[in-house]
Amino acid sequence: MIVGAETDTCAASGRACESCLRRSWLVARLGAQLDFARRRGRDLPLVLDLPDRELIAAIAGATKATVVREYDDFEAAVARAQCRAAGVETLCRCDPGYPRRLAAAPGSPAVLHVAGGRDRFVALAAGDAVSIVGARRGSPYGLEVARSLGRGLGAAGVTVVSGMALGIDSAAHAGTLETAGATIAVLPVGAERPYPASKRALYGRIIRSGVAVSELPPGSESRRWSFPARNRVIAGLSAMTVVVEAGERSGSLITAAVAEDLGRELGAVPGRVTSTLSAGTNDLLARGATVVRHAGDVLDAVFGVGVRTLPGSPRSKPVRAGLRELLDAVGAGCDTLGALVGPARSVEQALTGLAELELDGRVRRDAGGRYVVIMNA
Amino acid sequence: MLAQVATFAIDGVDPRPVWVEVDIRPGLPTFTIVGLGDAAVRESRDRVRSAVLNSGFEFPQRRITANLAPAFLRKVGPGFDTALALALLAASGQVPVEALARYAVYGELSLSGELRDSPGALAVAEGAHRAGLERLIVPHERAREAALVEGIEIAAVASLRAAADVISGRESPRPPAVSPATVANARAGHDLSDVRGHEVPLLALQIAAAGGHSLLLEGAPGTGKTMLARRLPSILPELTRAQAIEVTRIHSVAGAHAGGLISSRPFRAPHHTISAAGLVGGGSPPRPGEATLAHHGVLFLDELSEFQRTSLDALRQPVEDGHVTIVRGQRVLELPTRFMLVAASNPCPCGYAGVGDRCECGEADLRRHRRRLSGPLLDRMDLLVTVERPGEHELRAPPLTTSAHARERVLAARERQRDRLAGTGAACNAEMDARLAGRYIRLDRPGELALGSAYERNHLSARGRHRVMRVARTVADLDGRDRVSAADVLMAVGLRQRDQAESALAA
Repeated sequence: MIVGAETDTCAASGRACESCLRRSWLVARLGAQLDFARRRGRDLPLVLDLPDRELIAAIAGATKATVVREYDDFEAAVARAQCRAAGVETLCRCDPGYPRRLAAAPGSPAVLHVAGGRDRFVALAAGDAVSIVGARRGSPYGLEVARSLGRGLGAAGVTVVSGMALGIDSAAHAGTLETAGATIAVLPVGAERPYPASKRALYGRIIRSGVAVSELPPGSESRRWSFPARNRVIAGLSAMTVVVEAGERSGSLITAAVAEDLGRELGAVPGRVTSTLSAGTNDLLARGATVVRHAGDVLDAVFGVGVRTLPGSPRSKPVRAGLRELLDAVGAGCDTLGALVGPARSVEQALTGLAELELDGRVRRDAGGRYVVIMNA
Repeated sequence: MLAQVATFAIDGVDPRPVWVEVDIRPGLPTFTIVGLGDAAVRESRDRVRSAVLNSGFEFPQRRITANLAPAFLRKVGPGFDTALALALLAASGQVPVEALARYAVYGELSLSGELRDSPGALAVAEGAHRAGLERLIVPHERAREAALVEGIEIAAVASLRAAADVISGRESPRPPAVSPATVANARAGHDLSDVRGHEVPLLALQIAAAGGHSLLLEGAPGTGKTMLARRLPSILPELTRAQAIEVTRIHSVAGAHAGGLISSRPFRAPHHTISAAGLVGGGSPPRPGEATLAHHGVLFLDELSEFQRTSLDALRQPVEDGHVTIVRGQRVLELPTRFMLVAASNPCPCGYAGVGDRCECGEADLRRHRRRLSGPLLDRMDLLVTVERPGEHELRAPPLTTSAHARERVLAARERQRDRLAGTGAACNAEMDARLAGRYIRLDRPGELALGSAYERNHLSARGRHRVMRVARTVADLDGRDRVSAADVLMAVGLRQRDQAESALAA
């Protein structure tokens, strides 16, 4: 095939160069082998940092000859055509627009495939970006905090990076989208499709104002290794990583570890010591991570104390005197009607009070009749 | 010779007159039954032959033709046996033909000539009365039930011989020794005084009972959802006599009841594996389903999320219209289904959402659970209340209320509604449509503001707004107030079940 002008020198053309595309193809091609290598205890970022030929030699095993042949036969034009067909744009490591922070990380992806606009991604990634990550099975508390952090950072003009996974990740994205803020979703599959599939609606909203990116070419399926690999991209893109809720073996701790290795700010949201969902985050705090109580703490950690403050809350009316006590009780963990009704408060008072707080946007009724305080900002 | 006698076929839960005609002609001995009978009717020939012979009568060795008219109506079951036998005896001159014409006859025969217990006697008695017949012969087990219909003489007999004696006047019909006494009150077993704690659910139960609102109880396994629902009939108003007879007729037809008048409201709790036909009625021949058996009572769906979607969807018409229409072949059948809907469900797949940190369900599990639950039926539920495990001190404390006390409040509230809604066709707040709600629900100024702001801020859908108004009206009725206050509105908001539109707005 005649490739002509499409070869190399990507810088000005706004396209990924052939060698980077080939690298990206190779990583996707070796998906199964990467899983195998990881299972045998090889360090993923180190493996992904190997040059192409060495990478093949290191992990391809019995399929080595086949892979080498396919590698030599690789056609950049085919890869570009696939991206075009999937509506995905590319950005490679040789491009000056490639996010500076990510480039500094070892084993950073050769090509980033972007859904939602390459130029938009370049602009967002060059600006202030903070990642918010956490457990898939977040508690109502964790989900509410993630949402409010997303909201606060979005309002402050900070780009929120996360993985669009169920639970905390999605809550962070959704919170940001409630404001004018933009958000970046880093996917463990090709960037052209929502993963998990149930997040189709959220995906659509994300790429309307922000982007979804992936290091894998369009059509790639998720593999075990592509989740930790995605986590390293999340951490690499962000100036600070905040873990909202994480159990002891949560994948978000991988993101935290990468952020730490890169010397980025690391924050965690404190939780109850009895909650297994907060074991990982409390552990991070014990080891010196920044305490994150609200978006203001994140802004202080990223820009220095008091440099950037949260824009004023749109909520003007203070809570009615009689309701303050009720709101505090809900916040303190007396969060069901049964727990709130007592000698000091009749059923009618509790019910009408909670309804008023709900209509006021200060609490939300969650599964199992539990009330959750909606955090300010 | 020709003889005929009246009997009745049960169509759904309604009696339809059937004339049994028997004609005896000279010829080879045969016995044929025509007139769209089912297998039980065909087998009736052998039962009738043996019963006639074993009762000491003669079975004519001639050509016998029996017809069940009208011929287009499908006749089902063995209830025509006695009528066939008596018509045959009359046609063969063993019983006076003219005397027989004054009677309606109903009952299955045994080979020995005894009348067996047959379901649906009350419906038959009503039909006989409507058809202008003076006397009805029923198996003696059903005498008390049939005697509930006034203006017809009931002859309760034990055998074909006794029936023949009554008709020929050799024996005077023995009026059943009944006071149309009520059946042992099922209510005695379930009283709110057995409940400890559960203050919020008790309040919701009273609101539901007072306004006829449907109620969803949500809570972890073993917290008492079923226990509470079972006590709902104990605080509902008594059945009126007309309602009681209707309920008795339905249960008698379904074979679920024998004896006098049912005076307590039915409580039906079908298992979640029930089919759509089992729930709303159907099958061939069409039989009343649980929705009809719960008429004037409570239909309780435990483990709502486990019910098949098709079953729940089928409940939509009965809930909305108060009756269900079943079409079978060319026949259209209407069954009454005016019940209060109460459902119970776990809050999440593991069941422990809201109980400490015990719930292990993630976002995807919760979403799946909500999808299983939500639907057109759930959108029509007025109240949602979470049933929590009562605390230890609550278990030791005296009961918060008794059924008698709660019932008094409910009755007073219903009284107010009846006065207000007289002549509108609605009996309680839950039955008000949007037009009636707009006309009869007066909110005070703060109440209007509260409702208005809730709607403005997307907390309520248009349907949800009406629901909140109706429930708020009931809360005020329970308190004996004419105006609906802001507190009533907030109470209704706090106890509301979010419909799909509102959940979407909140997400």
